[in-house]
Amino acid sequence: MADNPIISLRGVTKIYGEGPTAFQALKGIDLDIEQGDFVAVMGPSGSGKSTTMNILGCLDVPSGGAFLFKGRHVEALDRDQRALLRRRYLGFVFQGFNLLSRTTALENVELPLLYRGEDKKTRYDMGMAALDKVGLKPWWDHTPAELSGGQQQRVAIARAIVTQPDVLLADEPTGNLDSERSIEIMELLTDLNRNSGITVLMVTHEPDMAAFARTIVHFKDGLVERVDAGASA
Amino acid sequence: MLGTTIILAFRAINRHKLRSFLTTLGIIIGVAAVVTMVTLGNGATAAVREQISSLGANVLQLRPGQGFGRGGGGPRPPDFKEADLTAIQNQLTGVRAVAPLVQSSGTAIYEGNNWSTTVYGTTSAYSEVQQWKVADGRLFMPEEEEAGKPVCIIGNTVRTNLFQNNDPLGKRMRIKGVSCQVIGVLSTRGQGGFGDQDDVVVMPIRFVQRRFTGDRDVSQIMVAVDDAYDTATVQASLEELMRERRKIKPGTEDNFNVFDTKQISDTLTGTTTILTQIVGAVAAISLLVGGIGIMNIMLVSVTERTREIGIRLAIGAVAREVLMQFLVEAIVLSCLGGLIGLLLALVASIAIAPLMQVPFLFDVKVNLIAFLFSAAIGVVFGYFPARRAAALNPIDALRHE
Repeated sequence: MADNPIISLRGVTKIYGEGPTAFQALKGIDLDIEQGDFVAVMGPSGSGKSTTMNILGCLDVPSGGAFLFKGRHVEALDRDQRALLRRRYLGFVFQGFNLLSRTTALENVELPLLYRGEDKKTRYDMGMAALDKVGLKPWWDHTPAELSGGQQQRVAIARAIVTQPDVLLADEPTGNLDSERSIEIMELLTDLNRNSGITVLMVTHEPDMAAFARTIVHFKDGLVERVDAGASA
Repeated sequence: MLGTTIILAFRAINRHKLRSFLTTLGIIIGVAAVVTMVTLGNGATAAVREQISSLGANVLQLRPGQGFGRGGGGPRPPDFKEADLTAIQNQLTGVRAVAPLVQSSGTAIYEGNNWSTTVYGTTSAYSEVQQWKVADGRLFMPEEEEAGKPVCIIGNTVRTNLFQNNDPLGKRMRIKGVSCQVIGVLSTRGQGGFGDQDDVVVMPIRFVQRRFTGDRDVSQIMVAVDDAYDTATVQASLEELMRERRKIKPGTEDNFNVFDTKQISDTLTGTTTILTQIVGAVAAISLLVGGIGIMNIMLVSVTERTREIGIRLAIGAVAREVLMQFLVEAIVLSCLGGLIGLLLALVASIAIAPLMQVPFLFDVKVNLIAFLFSAAIGVVFGYFPARRAAALNPIDALRHE
């Protein structure tokens, strides 16, 4: 496995803007992530970790260098091809939950399945299974407004894993939660990583959260400063 | 995929019921206005055609004067004489029947019931020219016409108001102070553009001339053209005959005029059709405004739902799917608006038609066109906001507050 990483960045740069006002966010990132790893990405604001996450999430393309996802050169794909890649292999969890308002938990979770063209029954079964996995099955018909922050983030995680993705990208998933909820979410992510084999990439500011990861990548000034083994390695 | 998109559209509309309703209100009002106007307009056209045909099919109306009315200044053109009637009957080919007409108005009285009505003085040929049958009783006998006997045939309105449920046949009523015997009741014709057609008393022309008008003039001659002959040809020879009889020198204008009822019918239905089209066009502008309303709200909706679009893009929606979602949403909205509008138009037309005394005619074509037009508005005005949504960058969209 070690010689066949699921994600591989080689000399990745990212430049925003043009000419004298151009800003180089990434100055040449080299990074390999193994299948099944739990990676925490840390670093101060402006260190390039969000930009890297956007590229890893196939939401953005590098200005230079190569990004291989499962051996495919993502930097050469167009917008829609990247969307299909996200649909097939990636799941997203955001700091701000980003659930559709006035929409039940189940409908939120079913959303990625709609784009996969699954039928009603399959959507229901898979959606309920995902909600069960995050412990929210009884809450399936509640809208985000009727759920606590921790519950909303669980729904978001259910939405991210309902398609059984290879990689789960979490952008400060505990940033809006108190420490007790945060630990619950981290335990859930750890469980998904260990028992469902999902590779987890997580951006976090908090060392306590990063401690749940197996690998911790430190960013600084647009470069990978160092890669540590996490507490649970 | 389209099925999915339609589900999403309905969900989105369902989430914002009031806003969706307000968005589509323009379309609802527009479609309802257009369809109601055109439906009522068609009804009016049909009513006009119906009334004209009640004047008798292929009937030429000969009146003194030029055009409508009796002309402007100058001496009043003379009425016709009984000899004109005979001449038309004997000298023209293609004439099915000829009937003279003099009009008077007055109060009819029977056992304390008063009714103000119109008196027609004519002959029994009137029934044939107008194709207006006597429902009960009989027409005038030749000797009654000859002598101008005080007999009358009454219209249904007069019958109802004077005799209620009693049988009027053989009864004597008073009309303008003279006694006359009811010998017949005309079949019901109903409301026409010229008022209640059944509000009439028909009497022998000689009687009306002697007792009411005081001369032997005939103010109008109705000529029914045989179906086998061309109305225009008969009209031309009628005009020629009348010029000759009225001694009009070549080069001078007629002092009489001939109306072809079919021509009047065509003119009037043409007018109502044009009016319908104009009113319909004005209403169509409101549809356009409704479309702009949809675009406006859809643009606001795209801005407001930027984050939602970001989520959809992040979880793997391709640009085309987001475009389709918003486009279908606009189309579903405008189609729903169209349907509600059609329903409203149906109710309004059924309610208003009797007030305007026009028949309610459901026009499938108009309804279909209005619906398709509202759908097209959804496409046209939904496309721009949808394209804007689809072009959003997922990263920026997710960050949008």
